[in-house]
This record gives sequence, C-alpha cells and structure tokens, in this order.
Amino acid sequence: MTVLAALEGMDRLSSGDVLVAQNVAFAIMAITMVASALRMVTTRNVVHAALYLVIVLAGVAGIFILLGAEFLGVTQIMVYIGAIVVLFLFGIMLTKGSFGDDDGVTGERRLMAGLVGLLVFGVMAAALVESFADAELSRSGPSTTADIADSIFGYYIVPFEAVSVLLLAALIGAIVVARKD
Amino acid sequence: MLLNQFLLLSAVLFSIGVYGVLARRNGVLVLMSIELILNAVNINLVAFAAFTGTIGGEVFALFVIAVAAAEVGVGLAMVLLLYRSSRTIDLTTVDRLRG
Amino acid sequence: MSNLLIAALSADAGLPLGITEGGSWLLRNVWLIPLLPALSFVGILTFGKRMPRGGSELGIAAVGIAFVLALLTGVAWMDHRDNSHDQEVHVAVVQFDDHGVGHGDGSEEGHGGGHPSLAVQRTAVWFQAGGMEFTVGTLVDGLAVMMLVVVTLVSLLVHVYSTEYVHGDRRYTHYFAFLSLFSASMLLLVVSENTLQLLCAWELVGVCSFVLIGHWWEEKPNSDAALKAFLTNRVGDMGLLVGVTVLFFAAGSTLPGRFGSFSIAETNALASSGMLSHTALVVASCGLMAAVMSKSGQFFLHTWLPDAMAGPTPVSALIHAATMVVAGVFMIARMYGVFFEGFQIGGSSINLMAFIGGLTTIVGACMAFVQRDIKKVLAYSTISQLGYMVMALGVGAWTAAVFHLFTHAFFKACLFLGAGSVAHAVHSFDMKSDMGGLRKHMPHTYRTFMIGTVALAGLPPLAGFWSKDEILVGTGGWGLLGGTGGNGAYTLMLGMGMLTAALTAAYMTRCVYLTFFGEFRGHGEPHESGPRIIVPLWILAGLAIVVGFLNLPTGFQLAPGSLQERFGHYVEPVAGYFPAITHATPSWSLAIVSTLVVILGIAASGYYYFVKVEAASKAAGTSLTELPDGPTSRYPLAAMGYKLLDNKYYLDHLYSGVIANGTKGPLARLAYRINQQVIDRTVDVVGETAVKAGTVVYDKIDQLVVDGAVNASGRASSGMGEELRRVNSGKVQSYAAILFAAATVLAGLLIVIV
Repeated sequence: MTVLAALEGMDRLSSGDVLVAQNVAFAIMAITMVASALRMVTTRNVVHAALYLVIVLAGVAGIFILLGAEFLGVTQIMVYIGAIVVLFLFGIMLTKGSFGDDDGVTGERRLMAGLVGLLVFGVMAAALVESFADAELSRSGPSTTADIADSIFGYYIVPFEAVSVLLLAALIGAIVVARKD
Repeated sequence: MLLNQFLLLSAVLFSIGVYGVLARRNGVLVLMSIELILNAVNINLVAFAAFTGTIGGEVFALFVIAVAAAEVGVGLAMVLLLYRSSRTIDLTTVDRLRG
Repeated sequence: MSNLLIAALSADAGLPLGITEGGSWLLRNVWLIPLLPALSFVGILTFGKRMPRGGSELGIAAVGIAFVLALLTGVAWMDHRDNSHDQEVHVAVVQFDDHGVGHGDGSEEGHGGGHPSLAVQRTAVWFQAGGMEFTVGTLVDGLAVMMLVVVTLVSLLVHVYSTEYVHGDRRYTHYFAFLSLFSASMLLLVVSENTLQLLCAWELVGVCSFVLIGHWWEEKPNSDAALKAFLTNRVGDMGLLVGVTVLFFAAGSTLPGRFGSFSIAETNALASSGMLSHTALVVASCGLMAAVMSKSGQFFLHTWLPDAMAGPTPVSALIHAATMVVAGVFMIARMYGVFFEGFQIGGSSINLMAFIGGLTTIVGACMAFVQRDIKKVLAYSTISQLGYMVMALGVGAWTAAVFHLFTHAFFKACLFLGAGSVAHAVHSFDMKSDMGGLRKHMPHTYRTFMIGTVALAGLPPLAGFWSKDEILVGTGGWGLLGGTGGNGAYTLMLGMGMLTAALTAAYMTRCVYLTFFGEFRGHGEPHESGPRIIVPLWILAGLAIVVGFLNLPTGFQLAPGSLQERFGHYVEPVAGYFPAITHATPSWSLAIVSTLVVILGIAASGYYYFVKVEAASKAAGTSLTELPDGPTSRYPLAAMGYKLLDNKYYLDHLYSGVIANGTKGPLARLAYRINQQVIDRTVDVVGETAVKAGTVVYDKIDQLVVDGAVNASGRASSGMGEELRRVNSGKVQSYAAILFAAATVLAGLLIVIV
C-alpha cells in the first residue's frame, strides 16, 4: 500500500514529493484500471471478466483512498469485492450454459457500441476540459469515519432511511423474482 | 493533483461501461458493465467532495454503493429468471419486444 | 421548550391551536399506555415459551394495567374538561408576525372560562434531518381518551377470551405476542400527535393484522387472505402517504421559516382558518380518503375484510370489528379540519366521503344476506356499519360518528365473540349445514348474541339505536316537523341510512334464525363454552345495553338535562384544531320512523324465516334454511341479484382477473402489442395517409408540377415507416444504444449552446 504510506508520510515529505508520489500512484492505478476495464468488456471468458472487474473495483478503492476517503475505500473493498463480485460469480455459475461462449459479437454491433461509447466519452471530456481546465484539488486532510457517520445520521438521515427501505424492497423483490413456483 | 484527472478517468470508465452494456450479449456481463458505470459515478462524487472540501459527495457515494448492491441483487434475480425460462442469458435472443 | 409547538405566521392576529402542555400527570404521561403492551410484546417473545401459561398472563397483565390507566386517564380528562379554567394553562397560539420570521414567544396565559377545554399535547424530538425537527408525542383529547378506553377494554376481553379459544394452539405464545403488539400499535395510533407518527402506527397495525389473519398460515386460503389484506391496504397506504406529504408541504408554505408541519393540531387549525390552499386540501383529503377506504373497508377496497375472517375469531373481534378497521374512521375524525374544508362538508348536500360511506352501508348490508358463514355475515355487517360512520363524518355529524364507533365496538365485538363461541362448539362457521337450534344448547351465547343483534339492528333502548339515530339526525335531510338542521341537507344519505337500518335488521334476523332456531343440523352434541368465553360475552352484552345512555340527545324529555349529551360534551373537541360544525337537533318523528323501519325489516325477514321457512321445515320433516321455492327461483330479477351478491359484485374477478392478470400477465406482451398495433400502425397510417393525400392532390391540383414531389414524399413517408420498423427490433441493447446516443447528443448540444 504505497499510497497509504505516501499519505501518512505527507508531513515529512515536502509537498512537491507528495504530489509526485500521488501522481505516480494515480497514473499506475488509472492505467491498470482502464486496461482491466477494456479487457473486461472484451474478453470471451465470463469468469475472467469478473476477475478483471475485481481489479477495476480495487483500483476505484485506491482512488478513493488517494482522494482521502478512506472509509469509502474500505467499504468499496468489502462490499464490492467481498460481496458483489461473489454474487456475480454465483450468477455465472448458476447460468453456466453460457460459460465462455460470449463470442459471435458481430462487427456491426461492436462498431455501433464503440461509436456510442466514443461519443459519450467525447462529449463528457469536452465538457470537463472546458469546465474544470486547471482546477486543483484542495489539500485538506482525509475525511474521518466520524465525519461520515455524523452526516449520515444527522443531515442525511432521510436519504439513509430511504436507502434502507430500498434495500429491503430489493431483497424481497429479488426473492420473489427468482423463487421457483 | 488536478480535479480533471479524476473526472477524465471516470469518463473513460463510464464510456467503457457503456460499451460493455451495448456490445455484450451475456446478461451477467451487462450487469458487470453497469457496475463499472456506477463506479465511474462514484469516483466523480468523491472527487468533487475532495474538490469542494465537503462530505456530501462521499455520503452519496456510500448510498450509491448500497443502491448498486440492491441493483445487482434484483438484476441477477432477473437474469436467473431469464435463464430458467429460456435456458439462455443471451440478450440478443430476448426480442419479444420486436415490432 | 420544544414541548410547546408554536408556529409563526405572517399577519396580525393569532390563531389558537387549542393545545396546552399543562394538565394532570395522567394526561401528560399517556405514552405509558401504549408502552405497556409494547413491553409485554417483547417480554412474551423473549420469555413466553418458558412461562407456565405460555406468555398469555403477561399480555393480560399488561393490557389490564393499560385498561386501568386508560380509565383513570378518562376520569382525569373529564375533570380537565370541566375545570380547565381553574388551571393555569399555556395556550399555544400560532402567532402572526409582520416580518414573517418564526419566533417562539407566542404563548399567552389562559385564564377563565373563556377558554375551551384544551387538548393536552406533549412532544419530544424524534430525529433531526436537514435542519427539520421531527417529533413524536401524544395529543390527548376526548377522542383519544375514548379510543384508549375502547381499545384497552376490548383488547383485555379478547385476551381473556383467547386463552380458552386458542387453547393448545401450536403458536399460542406467538399469538399473544402479536395481540400485545397490536394493542400497542393501536394505542400509539390513537394518541399520535403528528401525521408521521400516525402513519407509522397505521402501518404497524397493518402488519399485526397481516400476521394475525395468517395465524394458521399452513392452510393456503389463510395465507392468501393475509396477503390480500396486506396488499389491498398498500393501495390505500399510498393515499395516506400522498395525503400526509401534501399536507406537510401545504402547511410549510404558510409557515415562514419552516419547511412544513406534520403536527395534527397545526394542520387542522391552518385548514380550518382557510390558510391552506383549497387544491392542496382536496388532494390531501382524497389521498387520505383512499387510506380510509382500504383500512376501514369502504366500497370498493373492502374486499379484504371478509377474507380476513380466516384469522382466529377473537382476532376478528378485536382487529376487524372493534379497533383496527375503525382506524380509518378515527383518522377522519382526527384530521377533521382538513376533511371538513377539503370536501366542503358544511352547507352541501353531497360529497365524496358521505357518498362512499352511504354506498358502503348498502353494499355491505346486501352482501350480508347471501353469506353462509356466520363470520362473513358479521364481516359484511362491519363493512356496512363502518360505512355508516364514514357517512356520518361525511355529513358533518362528527359526534354521532364517533359515538357510533364507540357503541359499535362493543356490540360488534360481542357478536363476533358470540360467533366464535358457537363455532367453538360446532367446529364450523357454516350456518346452513352445521348450526341451527343452538338456543337450547348454548343459552348464554344465545342471549348475548340476541342482545348484540338487537343493539346492532338499532331497537331502543339499546346502544345501537342511540348512535344510529344520531347519525340519521345529523344528515340534516329530515324535513318533517321542522327538520333537524345540521351541516347541510344530505337527504340522499338519510335515505341510504334508513334503507341500511331496514336491511341490517333483516339480515341479522336471518342470521339469528339460521344459527339459533330451527333444529340442529350439525353433528355431535354442542356444548356451552366455558367461563372465560361467557364472561367477556356478558360484559360486552351489558355494555351494548347501557353505553347508549351516555349520549342521550339534547332536549330528550325523559332524562334530566345533566345526563344529556355527556359523550359529546367530553369527546368532541371545542378547540382551535377542530372545525366549527353545526349540531343537528334531535327529532322525535325521525326516531319513531327509523324505529318503525327497523321493525319493518325484522318483521319482513322474520315472517320469511320464522313463519314460512319454519312451516316448510315442518312439512318436509327436516330443518330447512331457505324455502325450496324462494324468490330466487321464482323471480329472474331476484336470481340475478343473488348471483351478483354471491359473486361479491364481481369485484374480486375485476381485481385478480382483469387488473392483476392484465398487468402481471407479461407486461412485455402488452408492450409488444402496443408496438405492433399502435406504433407500426401509426407509421403505416402516416405513410398511407401521405400517399393518399398525395393522390388527392395529384388528381385535383396541377399534376405536372406537384406530381413528382408528392409521390416522392409519399414514398419517403412509407419508406421511413419501414425504416422505423427496423429500429423496433425488440433488442433491448439497440434501444439502449439509441438512448445513450440521443442523451449524449442532447448533452453535447447543451454544452455548445450554453
């Protein structure tokens, strides 16, 4: 966890060093994530795709920590990698008729999807570059778990309750949809 | 660090996710691509939270994680149902909406 | 200081809410009453199995203490009501302010008899979110106290009764735990200070109802009935949610510096003062009315209530007769300021609430005629009587409705428990095949059931007569001998009420004949039930006789003035959160006519059963339940009517066959059809029309010039139709691609333009 070390060492290092370390970490993670994401949507083997997804998700967790949201980073690892990916693997296992034969993606399809993807990226990138050309991130300290807890159970209590109801509804919905009868 | 480097990374991931949703035929893979999109959004939320020095973005990223969990649960249940009813999860064969 | 809700408004006069935080200890600490059963719920779940009587003793103790507390609270309230001018009370006032900024200094000292009796309100902060404080608390006034007494009393009797009725049941402990939870939720509901709390309690009682209906869930019909009750109630709960939300924001728009208000007293006071927009009030009233229709079994959302009889009989008595189903009626009574303005009850002659109530009374009463199952007769009778209460509230007869709620709770619980006692003895609910002649075998049950029947039918001097008569008076539709006054001239509702009075008397006569007269048609030898069933029956029967005297009409010459209108005096709020309703004047002529109508109903039904059926039975040598050549076999119209009733007005067919299957039966198919028929046809028609139009133009106008263009456009249109057809590939992903692309292009345009 070089990133964490870099964060912890912030006081000892000069700000320039930290910036370099952060940017290097970001570059490594970003390249890994983009590469894995690309592999994920192109690989023929579904299980491999799930494993590539794990790399992307771990990368996102790293980005969170880089941005000083350590609680979120840990949650990301526990919920996504610990639970959701496992769920995906189960899904793959239960629908094993389609193991590794996700080929036959016609060139036309791929072209269409690629064009739409590029279009989406183009518009977003243009908008971002235009709006936040040189905006620097402020160097405030990492947010603590206590801060998050305070706002969840204080200011954001109603959305929080709504999310809990949503989870319950999704739970019941999933059972009802998937049960055999 | 620039704000834009995070936002652009998020845009790239988002677009890759869109590609995955549109191009893949496997239902489970489509769901995974949707997760990619949601994660891209989360990076945005957290980057802006760091940018503005507030905590709201992080809280909402947390909510998005919870919603994503719900979405995967229901989505996989639907894929299973599809598998049970037509023995395949190839989305191109599901065209009962055809006009 | 947050105990005292003081809202700030913008004008120059105060708007009294009519609430105080003073009052005696009992009135301020009424939260103890719901707490006791709640504790007993936890206790029974935790220790119940290890207790000698399976936890029932805990439930009985808790509800018993709650009952005593409720009675003491009632006494304290009467004292408070009579002596409120002796106390130094803070009158909460919605204070107006030039700058429209809220300030919490609006209390004033209230002295002297000029102040009406004030409801005692206590609040505590529940949670804060987004700078809003959400409170919980108790609002104690006559209505709440009356409900507390009714709920705890019926609950206590049902607890005692249940120890024998479900004796040896496989989920005995579980049953008592949920009885306790139900009591707690219902008590919480009646003391609710704000609509949010009311909503939570409302849902809680719904859950308990679900659990208890499905108590014997191993049998499919029972669990189906529970689900049906739950789902039907969901429909109405959406209405409640909408109503509460609309009221919250509507109140917020008049309270500067505040986002909104859930407070019942505040909302009502604002509605009564005309400060809330009428549109908001209409929407909110309709939403809340939907909730009432599902919870209180009003036509056309009543279908769950008869099915709910699948639950154990004591549960039916407690939940589906005396308490939970009147939650809707209670809610109207509680939010009466809103409804009074929203439906413009005063000075009108018809409104949605009165009409639905009136329709429900007749619909329910007709259904009760064709039931074989004794509990279903009572269930439809409950629907009908609930319709009576809603109708009464709809015509502005608030006190009459609440009084009917009060009396109905006792005699209907008595009838239900009586039916349970009968079923306990014959092991069946079927009146036609397993009952008959039970008056000889079960004298106590017979007598109490008869008392309940007479009270329900509304013969003087039993309880039902007084409350029913008050409702009829309150319609203001009576024109003979000077009329009765009232809030409007609801003549139609008077007619509906009269008709129902006759029908009620008639179907109860049928029910009594089939159950207790004739010869026994079941198997074995039925025996009278034990004391734990009989004693509650007699207590309820006794109450069914006497409670009517609590509200003798004003100007009733046979009673001293100090005994008149006691119930109305103590229960009806005269405070700021209650609208100014007009009270009708009782009328001797109306009372006599309505009694005659009841007697007519009994006589007609009695002649049919006690004379003709009895004679036919003697001639046939068996115990008949209907005439072999009854009206349904002789008159086709009667047969059609019977079929309609027997199929419950085809409502269940409508709900499950048409509505549910139409949506459940794959939505995809529907969408496919729309695609096929609507979109395709539209495209084709556009193309064809263009071609046709082109032809017309070609024929009529200059062929040489326009010809080519027209043909081209016609061809282009139909060609476009073909192209658009291809887009409708049915492949979700190509739809998604179009969606993404279109959204992105639009976003791009936005960036470029802005």
